[in-house]
Amino acid sequence: MSTFKPLAAALLFTLAFGSAAAIAADTPGLGKPISEADVKAWDISILPDGTNLPPGSGTAAQGAKLYVDKGCVACHGDGGKGGTSNILVGKPSLTADGIASNKTIANFWAYSTTVFDYIRRAMPWPTPHTLSDDEVYALCAYLFAANNLIPQDEVMNAQTLPKVKMPNHDNFIVRFPERI
Amino acid sequence: MRKRQRNRGASAIEQVAGNGLIHRRALLGGGIIFAGALGSGASLTSAAAEPLAEPEWSLEPGEVTPVLQQPSRFEAKVVRTLSNPKGEVRTQHARAPLQMLNGTITPNSLHFTILHSGIPDIDPEKHVLVIHGMVKQPLEYTIDALMRYPMVTRKYFIECGGNSAPMFSPEPIQATVQALHGLSSNADWTGIPVSTLLDEAGVDPKATWMLAEGADSLAVSRSVPLKKAYDDAMIALYQNGERIMPGNDYPMRLLLPGYEGNMCTKFLRRLKVVDQPAMTYYESRNYSPLLPDGKAYKFYFLSEVKSFITQPSFGYSLKGPGFYEISGIAYSGTGRIEKVLISADGGKSWGEAAVEGPVSPKSFTRFTMPWRWDGQPAILTSRAWDDSGAMQPLRADFIAVRGEAKTVPNVLGFPNQHYNSLTAWGIESTGEIKHVYV
Repeated sequence: MSTFKPLAAALLFTLAFGSAAAIAADTPGLGKPISEADVKAWDISILPDGTNLPPGSGTAAQGAKLYVDKGCVACHGDGGKGGTSNILVGKPSLTADGIASNKTIANFWAYSTTVFDYIRRAMPWPTPHTLSDDEVYALCAYLFAANNLIPQDEVMNAQTLPKVKMPNHDNFIVRFPERI
Repeated sequence: MRKRQRNRGASAIEQVAGNGLIHRRALLGGGIIFAGALGSGASLTSAAAEPLAEPEWSLEPGEVTPVLQQPSRFEAKVVRTLSNPKGEVRTQHARAPLQMLNGTITPNSLHFTILHSGIPDIDPEKHVLVIHGMVKQPLEYTIDALMRYPMVTRKYFIECGGNSAPMFSPEPIQATVQALHGLSSNADWTGIPVSTLLDEAGVDPKATWMLAEGADSLAVSRSVPLKKAYDDAMIALYQNGERIMPGNDYPMRLLLPGYEGNMCTKFLRRLKVVDQPAMTYYESRNYSPLLPDGKAYKFYFLSEVKSFITQPSFGYSLKGPGFYEISGIAYSGTGRIEKVLISADGGKSWGEAAVEGPVSPKSFTRFTMPWRWDGQPAILTSRAWDDSGAMQPLRADFIAVRGEAKTVPNVLGFPNQHYNSLTAWGIESTGEIKHVYV
């Protein structure tokens, strides 16, 4: 790993002086400065505390309609009961089928924000990145309500979504804490 | 050396463990002594050989040289196996034929791939990498710019966190090394240390994680501890000397040596520096392995020390008693393979295999051991240690903690993740080879 040592030294140097000019002397510096505003269209990562959730809102009723209209039903089945792809609605026991038990949103996922993040970045599978933020909130509301995680009429938005309590939140063990 | 061994005669065959495992020193003097000791030397030299004739390919000029080489047509069976050849709406796995390869490098055309939504056709002239978030200055890099950076070259394996999942079956599934362990491969990767680019952007000292995201249609994203990013993470641009294969994430990928393949973000286009993990879909669900009590591990990350015998193995058969070389692969995400033991009697006795050097950390390591099969039932298995002190767990110990599936899963399924216990091959007196548990 000796190759990395000069870089570690450069890091210390950077931390100590924090000067872009100082860095340029050690590395090629061929990156083009860009503003966070210019990255916005790509910056779709949602953090568990709700950081970066966009404006907008949606309800379970709107989501139920979108679930059919956007074709989710084709892979995830009627009412999210499962099809060729994952079960979205249902809370089977995590020991029902031993260590191969089905992991669902309601029985396994630790954070509600993961649902928003994944739908927006990856769904619908054939036409990703086509849902509006309101539509993503509505689909989240539909799935949370169908799983009895929120009342049917609760509106999902940047404030309410991160507060949805996920039943399995506390059942994870960090495998290698020293690596974080 | 040879003379001394010759004088020792048959006793030169030093058996190091039960059922015919032979110390490699016994072979250093050459095959003459060995063949004689087996009593097969006579037949080797006195067999009635046909007079040699010129084969047809020696009687005329050969084919025109192609611009891109392909393996011989006689090697047509050496291909990857596909889980989803029609590209249906699900992940596509291509498993590497590790039992048909030797050495430590997986050829690029045979390197395993997993694509969650097909292979994007990325134009390197238009692809860019962005670094932003908790940095002093967000930066955008073109491929042209990145190609001018100082690069490092390292041999690293990449292994899917779900590799070897059929081993969680309560009964051994009769399947090849390719089916059981083929979501693992090893290559010579060339690229830029991630730390170089992070330093250029100027990371906020309060930051702890980095979110990596690909340019595939699912924008697959994982959270990576900055600790790993600054340790040995690389933005890989070359694979075994040539630009990365499309399925291995052309034009570039994140490479986190020793960490599960899914974290080595494919088609890398964005790194966002943050102060908490994003708990993306793959880290929240697939790569949080369920434990027998219903709890689950998270942030497993590591491919722990592992080994398996590739020859002989299921799918082959032994052609009668006599000499065979046992050969296999060992690797570890926590260091350099230090030792591999082999047993031919299902773990009752063990002998130390020869390990081909130089041994690189977090890389496939080839191990071999001479074996004289006496034609009786035998069980071959291997167990590896690395230089961090980590050892491959015995199956009973592994299952005691991690559990096993209640029913036999589909061999293409993923009942659980991160299996690194032993693999064993039962040799029957007929020469047939079965997958067994020990």
